[in-house]
Amino acid sequence: MTSHILFNLLQVAVVMAFAPLLAGVTNRLKEVIQSKHGPNILQPYWDIWKLFHKDEVISDQSSWIFRFTPYLVFITPLFVTLLIPVLTSYPLFFAFMGDMLGAGFVLALGGFFFTLAAVDTANPYGPMGASRTRLVGFLAEPVFMIVFFTVSFIAGSTIPYIVQQQWVQPLSRFFEPAHVLIILAFFILILAEGGRIPVDNPSGHFELAMIDESKGLEYSGPAAALMKWGGEMKLFVLICVFLNVLFTPWGLASTTAVSDVLLAIPLVLFKILIFVVVLVIVESSLAKLRLFRISEFLGVAFITSVAAMIMWLFAM
Amino acid sequence: MAGESFLYQFNALTGGLFLLCTFGMVATRQVQGCMRFFILQSLFLAASAFLLGIHPVLWGLLAVAAINVVNKPILVPWLLRRTIPEEIHTRREISQVLNIPAALLLALAIAVGAYFLTLPWVNLAGTSAAGVNIPIGLAALLLGAFTLTVRREAVPQLLGLLAMENGAFFTSIAIAPELHLLVELIVAFDVLIAVFVIGVLTRAIHKQIGTTQVGALAALREESSR
Repeated sequence: MTSHILFNLLQVAVVMAFAPLLAGVTNRLKEVIQSKHGPNILQPYWDIWKLFHKDEVISDQSSWIFRFTPYLVFITPLFVTLLIPVLTSYPLFFAFMGDMLGAGFVLALGGFFFTLAAVDTANPYGPMGASRTRLVGFLAEPVFMIVFFTVSFIAGSTIPYIVQQQWVQPLSRFFEPAHVLIILAFFILILAEGGRIPVDNPSGHFELAMIDESKGLEYSGPAAALMKWGGEMKLFVLICVFLNVLFTPWGLASTTAVSDVLLAIPLVLFKILIFVVVLVIVESSLAKLRLFRISEFLGVAFITSVAAMIMWLFAM
Repeated sequence: MAGESFLYQFNALTGGLFLLCTFGMVATRQVQGCMRFFILQSLFLAASAFLLGIHPVLWGLLAVAAINVVNKPILVPWLLRRTIPEEIHTRREISQVLNIPAALLLALAIAVGAYFLTLPWVNLAGTSAAGVNIPIGLAALLLGAFTLTVRREAVPQLLGLLAMENGAFFTSIAIAPELHLLVELIVAFDVLIAVFVIGVLTRAIHKQIGTTQVGALAALREESSR
C-alpha cells in the first residue's frame, strides 16, 4: 500500500519534471525541421526559473479569479496524473478516486478558470482568445465524449487502468477497427486541445491570430511561470493518456519492484519522444487553418469517432 | 485458425479505413484531395479482396485485387490527367450545395442508416466478413450518390460515381466471392470508358463555358455565333 502511494507521487514528480523537457524538445525539433538551429532543449526550464525570480504585476481592476487561476491551472494536470497510468500498468492508490470522465472534468475546470481569467482584466486580446478557445472546446467536446463512451463500452469500465489492458490481450484486438479509428480521432483531439498547428500556432506572436497564447498575456512573474508550466503539463498528461491508455500500453511497469518502476521512466519518455517526432512532422507539413475551418477539422474527428462506435456496435 | 481470425481482423480494419476514405471524399475541398482519397479507397478495396481471397485461396478475389490495384489508382488518374489536366491540378476550392460540416453530419447519418438497413442481410449471409463488408459497401455506395448530389463540379461528381462502384464491389467480394472473372473485367473496362467519356464531356463543357461547375448550368443559352 505504501509503495502504491509512493509510486503515485513519483508519477506526479515525473510529470512535473519532464513536461518542460517535452516542450523544449518539441520546439527544438520543429526549428531543426525548418533548417534553423533552435533554442536549447532545456530552455523552458530556464524560462520558468527566470519567471519565478521576477516581480509580479497584477491589475487593480482584476478580481480574485485572476489571482486564483494560476494555481488551478498548475494543480489540475497533477490531479489528473494521480488517476491515469503514467508509469505502472496496475492501478495505484488514487486510481479509483475518479475515472476518465472525472479526469476530463478536472482538466475542463482548469480550462474554465483560464478562460474566465482571460476575460477578467479586460485586456482587449484576452476575451478574443477566450471566446476562440470556447469555439474549439465546444467542437472538441462531442468527440471527447464519443471517444470516452466507446472506449469505456468496449472495455466495460471507465477506469483508465482497466481500459489499457483491453487492447493488447489478445494482440489481435490492437487491430480492431474501432481501436484504430479512436486513435486517429484522439490524435486530432490532442492537436486541437494542445493548441498545435492546424488549429492554433503555439509559437505565433501576432495577437490577432492567437487562440491559446492571448489568454495568458496579462500574467507576469511567478504566476506566468505557473501558467506556462501548467500548460506544458496538460499536454504531457494528454499525451500520456493517448500513449499509455489508448495507443501503446507497453513498456509500463507490471510489478511493484522499484527498479521496474524506475525503468519505466525512460521507456515512457522514449515513447513520448517518438510521438513528438510524429507530432512535429504533422505540424510542419500542415498549414494553420482559418478560424472557421476548425469546425471542418474537428468534424472529421467526430465522424471518425462515431464510425469507430458504429463499427464496434454492429460487429458484436 | 488463429491466422484466419487475424485475416478477418485486418479485413475489418481495412473496412474501417475504406469508410474513412469515403468520408474524406465528402470532406475535402480540393479536387486533388478528393482524387487522393479515391485512390486510397480503391487500394483499401483491393486490400480487402486480397485478405478475403488469400486463405483459402480464391483466384477470383485475387484477380479483383489485382484489377483494382492497376485500374483505379493508376489508369483512372492517368486518363483524367490526359483529358482534363487543368482541372485535376487546380487548387481551387470545389463549390458545393451544403457547407462541409452539414454535409459531414448528413454523411454520418447515411452511414448509420446503411448499417441499420443491412442488418437483416448480414444475418442472412452469416459469415464474419459479410458483417464488415455489406454495411460498409452500402454506406460507400450511398455516400458516393450523396457526393454526386452535393458537389457542383464535374470531376468530384465523377469520383462520386466511381466511389459508388467501389462500394458495390466492396459488398460483392464478401457475398459473391465466386463471381466470374469476365464480369469483373467488364466492370473494370466500363469504369475506364465512363471516365474517358465524362472526361471528354467535361473538356467540352470547359471549352464552351470556361468552367467545370456543372451545378451552374441551370439555364439554356443561345450559342453566340463566332
